Amino acid sequence: MNNQAVETVQLSRKFGTFTAVDAVSIQVPKGEIFGFLGANGAGKTTMIRMLCGLLKPTTGDGTVAGFDLWTQSEEIKRNIGYMSQKFSLYNDLTIAENIEFYGGIYGLNRSRIEEKRNKILQDLNLLSRKNSICRDLPPGFKQGLALSTAMLHDPAIVFLDEPTSGVDPASRRFFWDLIQQAAARGITVFVTTHFMDEAEYCNRISIMSAGRIIALDTPEELKRKYHQNSIQQVFVELVKNGYRNSA
Amino acid sequence: MVIGIQPEKVIRKEPSNFMRIRKNQIILSIARKEILHIIRDPRSLTILFLMPLFQLTMFGYALKMEIQQVKLGIVDHSHSAQSRELIQYFSGSDFFQPLLYEKELTRIDQLFKKRQAQVVLIIPVDFPQQLQRNRFTPVQVIVDAADANAATSIRQYMVQILNNYNQDHSPTVPLPFEIESIILYNPDKKSTYFFVPGLIALLLVMISALLTSITITREKETGTMEQILVSPVRPFQIIVGKVVPYIFLAFGIGVAILLTGVFLFNVPFKGSILLLLLLSILYIITALSLGLMISAIARTQQVAMMMALIVTLLPTLMLSGFIFPIASMPRILQYVTYLVPARYYLHIVRESS
Repeated sequence: MNNQAVETVQLSRKFGTFTAVDAVSIQVPKGEIFGFLGANGAGKTTMIRMLCGLLKPTTGDGTVAGFDLWTQSEEIKRNIGYMSQKFSLYNDLTIAENIEFYGGIYGLNRSRIEEKRNKILQDLNLLSRKNSICRDLPPGFKQGLALSTAMLHDPAIVFLDEPTSGVDPASRRFFWDLIQQAAARGITVFVTTHFMDEAEYCNRISIMSAGRIIALDTPEELKRKYHQNSIQQVFVELVKNGYRNSA
Repeated sequence: MVIGIQPEKVIRKEPSNFMRIRKNQIILSIARKEILHIIRDPRSLTILFLMPLFQLTMFGYALKMEIQQVKLGIVDHSHSAQSRELIQYFSGSDFFQPLLYEKELTRIDQLFKKRQAQVVLIIPVDFPQQLQRNRFTPVQVIVDAADANAATSIRQYMVQILNNYNQDHSPTVPLPFEIESIILYNPDKKSTYFFVPGLIALLLVMISALLTSITITREKETGTMEQILVSPVRPFQIIVGKVVPYIFLAFGIGVAILLTGVFLFNVPFKGSILLLLLLSILYIITALSLGLMISAIARTQQVAMMMALIVTLLPTLMLSGFIFPIASMPRILQYVTYLVPARYYLHIVRESS
């Protein structure tokens, strides 16, 4: 169990009578890039929000970074990073101020924040713009900055909820470079997306539909199993079957 | 885009490292960020300072209970030296603006309807003869009571002036005693002294609640709130970090409002300035907390601002004693007033001004 970055057992979440996540059990080993695919409303975001402690599960169990979902949310919060599709930066603050703020709320000391700030600015080629207001940054840069600030405190796991929506393909490519570098450093990456081409970058992907995981494997294995050339086709095939089964 | 990123050795933190996190540092980070939000928006800051001063000035001049220049229609049927002397008493007063009418008695209701007079004095034809023959000489006073409060004061002034005339003309009958009232603390009976402190209480609670009402909702809209919630920051750290910068801002605005009250409206200030300022901070913190609570509930900034206005404006106007005395309210409403922060602050500012 200690080798798993994320492990869930029959994890469910209901909103009234609607079951957003239906008894999902997954195991994500440390250092893996784990992709979560699915249409809008399939339950990906609910799943991520439960793992981050933003939402309490209705039933089921789980651990994140070895800490229990129900009883150790404080420890979980210290060991995870989170980035949503909104690239949650403060638009009226400068790049440096954003980094300093997020460093501050994770309790990093001043010298560590400075060191991190300089590294991020250097990595993202933003040294000359460190005092420009975030609002003026192109979306691609904002996205890179948001990911870097989400990993400011060296989390064991980083959860990315549709991090690439609304960004041009070149920036997406660059962003996935950043994700892979993070994984190379040993950070587990848990990412949801609805871009099927992005799924190819993941070590393993799970496809969600109506709150359940309907397929989970490496991209290669999935393509072989369903006799398709791309994840896109696998997805279409699965969803078609799903509809046929439910009809 | 060519970017070289050196693989960084990940330093996995031991749990003991987190024990060293200073709570104050987290609160300071949040407070610093809030200050930056305030500074980066100088236009809103200017409005926040000028709006209450503008409102205080406007309402301070507009809200007056004193009645002046009451239109007094005089129908003098006698055209005598005696009647002209009586009229002199009225022209000499600031309160009345006498207008002479020599029309028929039947037109009097027309004077009221066309708002040419609020009160009419009718002097009979035999006024001089009656003064000489009788002990009592009737004159008729008709008051427009559409505005009941105004009618009461008009009647009082009329009686007072007619009494003055009597005193001067029948000194042979000395009155057994005379009531001479001395008005203390506000000898000019200026309602400004009563309203300006109330306005200060109203503006301070409104502005303070508005200030914090958008702080959390704004973050909910931009998604940064979620980012804070996944971090190990505790709720009280968010609350304290967000409120503290606004205490200073609201206090600055409060001092500006108080100074305007004292120097522009010459509301006399009697009492301890230090105590007033300390109690004002308490009042401001209450209002800021109210705003923050609204901010936590509301989903959008517009809703939050509307809620802040409604929750502060109406109860402060109606239930704090600002306009209507609490003692004359139905008992249930009197209990409700204990929930209105301005009720207490009004007590504070009116006692010290």
